[in-house]
Amino acid sequence: MSLWTYLTGILVALVILVTVVQMMRHGRLRERHAIWWLVGGVLILIVTIFPATLEFVAGVLGVAIPINLSLFLAVGVLALLALQHSSEITSHEKKLRVLTEEVALLKQRLEESNTGAASAGRPGRVGRTPAVKKTSRRS
Amino acid sequence: MGSSLQPTLIVIPAFNEEESIGAVLTEVRRHLPDTDIVVISDGSMDATAAIVRQQGYRVIELPINLGVGGAMRTGFKFALRNGYQSVVQLDADGQHDPSLVPQLVKELDQADIVIGSRFAGVGDYAVRGPRKWAMGFLSWSLSKICHTPLTDTTSGFKALSLKALTVFENNYPAEYLGDTVEALVIAARAKLIVREIPVTMRKRLAGQPSHNGLRSMIQLARALMALFFGLMRPIDATRGLS
Repeated sequence: MSLWTYLTGILVALVILVTVVQMMRHGRLRERHAIWWLVGGVLILIVTIFPATLEFVAGVLGVAIPINLSLFLAVGVLALLALQHSSEITSHEKKLRVLTEEVALLKQRLEESNTGAASAGRPGRVGRTPAVKKTSRRS
Repeated sequence: MGSSLQPTLIVIPAFNEEESIGAVLTEVRRHLPDTDIVVISDGSMDATAAIVRQQGYRVIELPINLGVGGAMRTGFKFALRNGYQSVVQLDADGQHDPSLVPQLVKELDQADIVIGSRFAGVGDYAVRGPRKWAMGFLSWSLSKICHTPLTDTTSGFKALSLKALTVFENNYPAEYLGDTVEALVIAARAKLIVREIPVTMRKRLAGQPSHNGLRSMIQLARALMALFFGLMRPIDATRGLS
């Protein structure tokens, strides 16, 4: 391995780590999401500085070609990240749905209190809107 | 509360139904002059909400399209917070006959969910091919799950009791077919009593049927998913999810 290849590898690892840390500093990446990128970045840094570590671990695990181990780990980490993101999108959609419903209900209530009885459930009937009950909210 | 003898709220979910909503409201008023109505405009971009307001009815406008499940859950919340005892879901496309609402509500004496079925004898509504098989399979399995003969599990013409509303308030699926198939599974697991009564279904005043042709196979697959996910949910999820 040439010195050039060696240095390029280290440089890439450093760029990843610096980018992630910068994003965290500026609040564009939360710790819970950054952790996997940091772990990945540190691993890449170790392996690029000491290529022997990859060969050693591959040997211990019985992986014939060390680079396959790194590719396998990379795919594994990315797959887990994708799953985590899908799960978070789901949870966001659920929250968004609740908020959408609440906003619509509040807007209707506001309209009703602004226009008085004009928007009761039936036209031509005044004040037939049932009293608004206070309900305790969960979630 | 001026209308304690009329504790039923008609909830009409509407997504871009400006062509039919006016006529539907007029018809509901003619048959049920004493029943409260709320239209949930599900992110409509046309004049749906304006027409409802113009006719003097309440409209709740969802700023984002949530699907029928989301629209109905908003209606359930509205009903519960305003002291209604039951909800009847009526489609905005005019295929449900509002004169049948009292029948559905009456049946709530013995059940928590009453479904107006298109296939239980009255009327001439019919489907063919894969869609028929899909609906047949759904009916068969949901009949088993709900311990009652059900012939039309995807009907959007339903009455719900207070108990059903409380179960669904925080836990009504927004997924495709979630508001019909999966909701029935949730109902069964929450020990709600489900019944169906025959209704006549009419032609839509406007709009296309939600599914046709080749989409039937996809519909079947998604219906099966809705069914299995409903069954696979942890039992706690049937109470106070989210």
